[in-house]
Amino acid sequence: MRKLINIKRSYRVISSILSSQYALMLEYRAEIILWALSGLLPLFMLAIWQDADVLSKLDLSRLELRKYFISAFLVRQFTAIWVIFLFERDNIEGRLSPLLLQPVNPFWRYYFSHIAEQLTRLPFVIFFLTLLILFIPELNLTFDIFNVLLSILVILSTFTIRFLMHWLFSMACFWTDRASAVERLLLIPYVFLSGLVAPLEAYPESIQNFSRMTPYPYLIAFPSKVLMGDFTYLSIFFKGIIIWGVVFFILSKIIWKLGLKKYSAMGS
Amino acid sequence: MDINKILKIIRVLREFWLTSIACEMEYRFNLYIEMFSVIGNLIGSIFILSLFYRENSTLSGWSWSESVFVLGTYTFLEGFTITVLQPNLSKIVDYIQNGTLDFVLLKPINSQLWLSLRFISPWGLPSLLSGLTLMLVSSFKILDSINLSLLLLFVISLINSVLLLYSIWFILATTSIWFVRVWNANEVLKSTLAAGRFPISSYPPLMRFFFTFILPIAFLTTVPSSIIFDRNSGPTLLMSVVLTIFFLFTANTFWKFAIKFYSSASS
Repeated sequence: MRKLINIKRSYRVISSILSSQYALMLEYRAEIILWALSGLLPLFMLAIWQDADVLSKLDLSRLELRKYFISAFLVRQFTAIWVIFLFERDNIEGRLSPLLLQPVNPFWRYYFSHIAEQLTRLPFVIFFLTLLILFIPELNLTFDIFNVLLSILVILSTFTIRFLMHWLFSMACFWTDRASAVERLLLIPYVFLSGLVAPLEAYPESIQNFSRMTPYPYLIAFPSKVLMGDFTYLSIFFKGIIIWGVVFFILSKIIWKLGLKKYSAMGS
Repeated sequence: MDINKILKIIRVLREFWLTSIACEMEYRFNLYIEMFSVIGNLIGSIFILSLFYRENSTLSGWSWSESVFVLGTYTFLEGFTITVLQPNLSKIVDYIQNGTLDFVLLKPINSQLWLSLRFISPWGLPSLLSGLTLMLVSSFKILDSINLSLLLLFVISLINSVLLLYSIWFILATTSIWFVRVWNANEVLKSTLAAGRFPISSYPPLMRFFFTFILPIAFLTTVPSSIIFDRNSGPTLLMSVVLTIFFLFTANTFWKFAIKFYSSASS
């Protein structure tokens, strides 16, 4: 019986946070379109790669390349995370204290506010996808129920991993008041190792192997591979997601506890 | 404009910059972060560029040194953005939101000058220096063929790029008089300018058209490089100078037009 009440309660909490955050985000639609526009990098890179000489020497056809970068664009659009920035602001301005008094871990508030923002991007991404399908008819995308559900699952797990990773590093706020610098450093390997600006096939063997040991290819390259229909990457992707998910989850639990002891409620 | 006026502006700017550097010096730790991120970004960018040159390929006919030179120009302009554009132009949004633009307009100094040059940040220095280093290293092989007139043309084209970049940013920042929250637009601009890391001819025709005539990224990084490497530079340089004068003029006129619509806040 207790369990049932718990499930009911979490359903209520989730749906109310999600719907209120979604309403909040809708107010900033114009802004979100601008943010979404700043995520066009994979399409720029597609423009360069598809006519580059080196493509003929890679084990990748032009069509595959296009599918890859369009998938990368989708993954990139729905995995935009700025929790470090939010957490830093709430910490410095003393807004974290009331959040800590609530009976829900602040993690969930940030998590669902991000999900709400991704939802508001949906029309924009559909618009761009339609344009791409019109311009590149040979893409031949299939939208059956299995593919759509799998894509949602893949994108949602990628989103969660990236969120957990940034959540872990946002706790630097407990020790320093310039945690946004950490975000800048996190972004460097994200651009160059994750497969955002070049398909992993183009990398030399040694760097490919190196990047596989980091969480970064699980944020763009592998989910994009699954999205474009290369199911050999399905197990690689989910294995990595589970391993890194557990690592980030446990670490963030530990550091959260340590950090709360250091928390000095700035500005109050 | 007589000489006294210019001297006065120089004196005022000196005071402005000394105070803003003194302010920034409070955050010296920033320098290490900035250096670390510049070096990381540089290694990453060179690595990605090198992928296009594996197994003797080229990028749309541009040699490796030429492409690295373009990257150097890009890094230099990024340093200029961090040093001058970002600390000044990203504040315009705040002035308009809080109504403090009133005080700027009342000062006995040209408002565009004040808004564009009031602050300076030393944290762009690592980018500026590494940009210059990249340019120097990549043009090392053809150093003999660079004579004084070529160097002069190059300096003109670099100043030209700086001014063009400034006008684009300023025009965008001015639109905040109507839209208030445009600092995201800056983010869009920054990510679009990243397209200038690669020679413009490596893009498909439609995008090349866009990057030449609508958002002139082509002139920012590709022109200085094509001058040093002596690719039919004369006409393009002339065109880019004309374009920059046009953009500077537009920025100034647009600003004068925009403040007519400024209604102040909370007063």
